[in-house]
Amino acid sequence: MRSKTFGSFAEAVADIPDGSTIGIGGFAAPGNPYNLVKALHAQGAKRLTCVANTTGGAHQPRMPDIAMLVENGQVAKVICSFTAATRPTDVLPFTKYYESGEVEAELVPQGTLAERMRAAGAGIPAFYTPTAVGTELAEGRETRVFNGREMLLEYALPLDYAFVRAWRADASGNLQFRLTQRNFCPLMAMAARVCIVEVEEPILPAGSLDPDAIHTSGIFVQRMVVVPPAPEGIWAVRRQERAK
Amino acid sequence: MSEATVKGWDRQQMADRLAQEFQDGWLVNLGVGIPTMCSNTDLGDREITYHSENGLIGYGPVLPAGQEDLHLVNAGGQNVSLKPDSCTVNHADSFAIIRGGRIDVTVMGAYEVAANGDFANWKVAGQKGGGIGGAMDLAACAKRVYIILEHVTRKGAPRLIPQCALPVTARGVVTLVATNYGLFAPTGTGFRVVELAPGMTIDEVRAATGAPLEQ
Repeated sequence: MRSKTFGSFAEAVADIPDGSTIGIGGFAAPGNPYNLVKALHAQGAKRLTCVANTTGGAHQPRMPDIAMLVENGQVAKVICSFTAATRPTDVLPFTKYYESGEVEAELVPQGTLAERMRAAGAGIPAFYTPTAVGTELAEGRETRVFNGREMLLEYALPLDYAFVRAWRADASGNLQFRLTQRNFCPLMAMAARVCIVEVEEPILPAGSLDPDAIHTSGIFVQRMVVVPPAPEGIWAVRRQERAK
Repeated sequence: MSEATVKGWDRQQMADRLAQEFQDGWLVNLGVGIPTMCSNTDLGDREITYHSENGLIGYGPVLPAGQEDLHLVNAGGQNVSLKPDSCTVNHADSFAIIRGGRIDVTVMGAYEVAANGDFANWKVAGQKGGGIGGAMDLAACAKRVYIILEHVTRKGAPRLIPQCALPVTARGVVTLVATNYGLFAPTGTGFRVVELAPGMTIDEVRAATGAPLEQ
């Protein structure tokens, strides 16, 4: 079998074409594939659709995130649960590109966003959910009553690529995430044609991970890159946590 | 009364008052901002489990800088601590817990709450897009929705009103509202006064409320 381990982030993202739909994992810092996003920024693919919980850019120092790809002119559309900050007085870097119409956005409730990717990965084309019924988001869309309750039709969200960050992996691509690092990552891996993982620990020989303690099967993983030590690699966790 | 007399509740007191409603064994989801302060309330021997939308079930206090585990955050991105029964799941499972109706109460902030139980907290007037996060899933599917908000806007306009002017997060779901003026329950036509905050009179609260007050 061809090795899934790539020597660099640049190599792992080199063939991503213009117009791709890319899921970017992470919730706050944990699970964010900062190194892969940085490599995509350098690679320069354009007219991308980016799927993530937020557009990033809410905190200093800035990390490689969707907003940075937007600023670099690489993004046509984002699909996310926040286009604005939680506090309306905070202005995100993304906002001016959205308000000017330069970049499109599709705002999706967070649980619906997760389930749309899970569905795509599970071969389910669409599903009904009670979320967002009666809101502006449901206007003009198909609803149906089940057990006396109105439900909104939502479609699966397949991805061309998923970028995720994991704690440990073995050579066949089986992944473990640590604590809240998991979030959207396993769902994006399932939804994508090609899942690219940045891994915090050195890749383990096959058979090193307990089969009962694997969060994402290697079936869903096509490419892996080990995050090199700082400053070459971007680390959002401290060294002592890596050792746990 | 002297000018120094305390009037109304501060943010922690609003959170404390709502937290007193939490029952032993409840699974509780707290929104960012003032709702987070509900987890500071001493509830004696009542066991409350906090659910965070990013897939963390059962967490403890925020840890001081240097002691935190940077792989572990709550929905507000704060580095919280683990408890002996903590569990982490992926986002689909976390929202299965929400959509599946297992959350006993969600506490959220809002811009407006209406007498009919609608509320608005994701988009301000004239804004393109907004910030939904997990609010619509939680509001549609938790067993109870409690809201914490200042009773009036910075300009003095009421936030407890007959119908929401802003785009709603969910319809007809709010059962309890804590403000700096007291604790209120939407009735369909107005707000029932459950409790007035110290130093507040019913006439003062009525003047600051956009919908009829019922006692």
